[in-house]
Amino acid sequence: MRFFGLDGPGAELGPSLDFSIALIAVAPFLAALVAPWIKSFTGALAGWVLAIVPAAIFALLLTFVTPVAENTVVKAALPWIPSYGISFSFFIDGLSLMFGLLISGIGTFIVIYSGGYLAGHPHQGRFFSYMLMFMGSMLGLVLADNIFTLFVFWELTSITSFLLIGFDHSRQAARRAAIQALVVTGAGGLALLAGLILMSVASGENSLTGLLTQAGTMQEQPVYLLALILVLIGAFAKSAQVPFHFWLPNAMEAPTPVSAYLHSATMVKAGVYLIARMSPVLGGTPEWFWILTLFGGLTLLWGGVLAVRQTDLKQILAYTTLGSLGLLVMLLGFGTKEAVLGAILYLCAHSFFKGGLFMVAGAIDHGTGTRDITALGGLREHLPVTFIAAVLGAFSMAGFPIALGFLAKEEMYLALVHGLWPDLFFLAVLIAGNALMMAAGILIATKPFLGPLKPTPHEPHEGGLPLWIGPVILGVMGVSAGLFTDWINHYALNPIGGSVTNHAVDAHIHLAFDLANPAVWASLATWALGAAIIWQADAVRSAVRRTGQAIGWTFDIGFDALMFGLIRFADRVTRTLHHGRLEWYILLLFSVLAVVLYAPMLITGTAPRMAEFPVLSFYEWGAILIAAAGLIAILLLRTRLTAIVALGIQGFAVALIFLLFGAPDLAFTQFMVETLSVVILALVMTRLHLDARDPREFEVALRDGAVAVAAATGFAVVLLSVLQLDLDLSLTEFFNETSRPLAHGRNIVNVILVDYRAIDTLGEISVVMAAGIAIMALVRLKGGDGDTPRGISRPTERRRT
Amino acid sequence: METALVGLIALFFAVSLYLLLSKSIIRMLLGVAILGNAVNLLIFTTGRLTAEIPPIVPEDAYAPIQGSANPLPQALILTAIVIGFAMFAFLLVLGYRAYQALDADNTDNMRLAEPEDAPRPPLSY
Repeated sequence: MRFFGLDGPGAELGPSLDFSIALIAVAPFLAALVAPWIKSFTGALAGWVLAIVPAAIFALLLTFVTPVAENTVVKAALPWIPSYGISFSFFIDGLSLMFGLLISGIGTFIVIYSGGYLAGHPHQGRFFSYMLMFMGSMLGLVLADNIFTLFVFWELTSITSFLLIGFDHSRQAARRAAIQALVVTGAGGLALLAGLILMSVASGENSLTGLLTQAGTMQEQPVYLLALILVLIGAFAKSAQVPFHFWLPNAMEAPTPVSAYLHSATMVKAGVYLIARMSPVLGGTPEWFWILTLFGGLTLLWGGVLAVRQTDLKQILAYTTLGSLGLLVMLLGFGTKEAVLGAILYLCAHSFFKGGLFMVAGAIDHGTGTRDITALGGLREHLPVTFIAAVLGAFSMAGFPIALGFLAKEEMYLALVHGLWPDLFFLAVLIAGNALMMAAGILIATKPFLGPLKPTPHEPHEGGLPLWIGPVILGVMGVSAGLFTDWINHYALNPIGGSVTNHAVDAHIHLAFDLANPAVWASLATWALGAAIIWQADAVRSAVRRTGQAIGWTFDIGFDALMFGLIRFADRVTRTLHHGRLEWYILLLFSVLAVVLYAPMLITGTAPRMAEFPVLSFYEWGAILIAAAGLIAILLLRTRLTAIVALGIQGFAVALIFLLFGAPDLAFTQFMVETLSVVILALVMTRLHLDARDPREFEVALRDGAVAVAAATGFAVVLLSVLQLDLDLSLTEFFNETSRPLAHGRNIVNVILVDYRAIDTLGEISVVMAAGIAIMALVRLKGGDGDTPRGISRPTERRRT
Repeated sequence: METALVGLIALFFAVSLYLLLSKSIIRMLLGVAILGNAVNLLIFTTGRLTAEIPPIVPEDAYAPIQGSANPLPQALILTAIVIGFAMFAFLLVLGYRAYQALDADNTDNMRLAEPEDAPRPPLSY
């Protein structure tokens, strides 16, 4: 599987090439193709069978842990659009390896969990397909090196998320949530693309590794602020920062495995990944600091406060996820070593405990039929394993000692406690947010399980091995991580911190509870505040609820107003432009035509010279005057038959002009066609009880005439300019010289038609044939006048009889 | 001579566009026929006019006489005349059938494809 030091087109990328990392992003898509068949073959075991794919990817990624800890960057590239310097290129460093392991590791449990959670669902195979496609997109996103590869996978995660949120597509709420998530994250994706292109143009680099070599120069560029804002809009939309946060709680319409995987552990972290990845390139400026800390801090408090308000288990978890994402963004805004290490630890801890708690919420829903925390109680004896998993998750979420959450919290407090303003302000935000989220977590782990048993729609029962293996293992990992700090320092924090800060990091995380350390006091304050919130949970909930009702407006309502406003606007534009009045369409068309004909001349100032009055022979004047007389007659004549005759006159005059200037073939064809036109027009018109009089009122006629004359003189002026230029006759010379020697024909016009442009002529014949068939079909249709359909010759016969 | 034809072409365009702006189908049809002639004359003039020597290679030569007409626009126009006629015939029958089916020669009354009271788009998901 590994091709270190491979020769060939990718060799210049560096010594550490490994095409298996490109396979990592592709394999889940291949698995997604066959997932429905595997489902139908293996039935209830499908979850276990399909989990082999993420498990294998996880195992493969584990082999990179040691090289990456030794600061090796592994790359792979396949050419895609080489002329634009775009390639499918991937690389693994500390940051992408951590995300890859989280995605594939948690993904393994999620696939197993889906097998149990959706057992018997008619579309379970489809669900596995979507899930694996999402997994591939997410892996591609975090492994991508080329920024356009990154963008493609970024959008793929939005699309697969849309499919998964709308999985239960017969419910309107699910459809709305899916569209909302797609609109918000998709629009963010476009902003991200614009930002990436700006950065690429400013730096001349198309790859993340290339951009990282220029770290520190982008901040000097004039486009820096614009690029920063665009990239951050993309990241904020994906990672649900206020004001783009509202799609995430709605996305809880998805089946619970989706919420656990996409909307807590992985996809919503894509924005955090992007911010971490861009830290060396875009970070370190006051703009970076203030945007990230203010929006992150606001999101942290927003999520924390609204989490306490909810009663639905999944909604509580969704809002705490918002809070956690805000916390991560805020820490990355600080960008100090402690803040970054705290963010990394918290990101892992959050993925473990939040993924686990979501699966617990799903197991409770599956086992009892309700997710309402006020309707649940006393389940500890009926769902004992789920209870253990919930307690493990909440333990880490609350940040009690030896859990990964504790290490994370200590590190982030350490980053802030020694500073002054604004650090202490954000420390207060952090403590408040953490206390709120701790309260929510502990409520989820205790409220449904303790106290007296409450009646539920289903008889409470444990969901089986697939439903509890994931949360239990994730919970154990999250809680016991504090015992392996040496390993975490060496294999995780040093390489990942190195990726985010772009210089070597020497982490010294260790488990200690030293009262001389001010960070410990911050933790104690968090616990105390959290305990107070739990004690007054009902009071806090009703207070927040009342405030929300007093405000009466939510971002969700705003989204609907925006979407429906867009539809109404589109409707209005359509009605304005597409009003169904043919003569207005044509008038607009010709007015634009006139403008287009004159505009280039007016802009470039290249009007043609005034032409001299022509000197012509009398027969030339004759032909021209006959044509002009025919045209004027058509306009003025009042009866239809005379108008048709006048039409013939101008046509014959055109044929005469062709004849006079060396085009006998044209003249011949024109005579034929004009004769036929006049004859069939006369035949058809005599069947219609119409008159050819112009019903236009004077003002309308004036308007139409002005537009017609303006456009017509436009043509004339352009034609005059063309005639005053030199004509390129090389094609004509080619035809003249080769017509007889090569094509063996003396009539050059005919040779062009049947030899050089034979395919065109074939097309022309086809057009005539198609028109003939269409005419036939029209004529044979049962007519409105009830006559027997016998074709266009019918009037002729009638006249003859 | 080209200048005189430029004036004539302008007249062709003006008349045909004016007829096309009418609401009456029959006058629009006349406009289509004239528009075809206008464009053909435009192409013909763009290829420059020469005296009446057609682009035909004499029996005993391998190239046409110096100063014979430009064959390229003629070839293009020949195709255009035929296609223009096919389209004219089709539109004519279409207009005839439309008159029969809708009993209308006024485009304002032909609202089958775009009815006056088209339904509003739904405001829901």
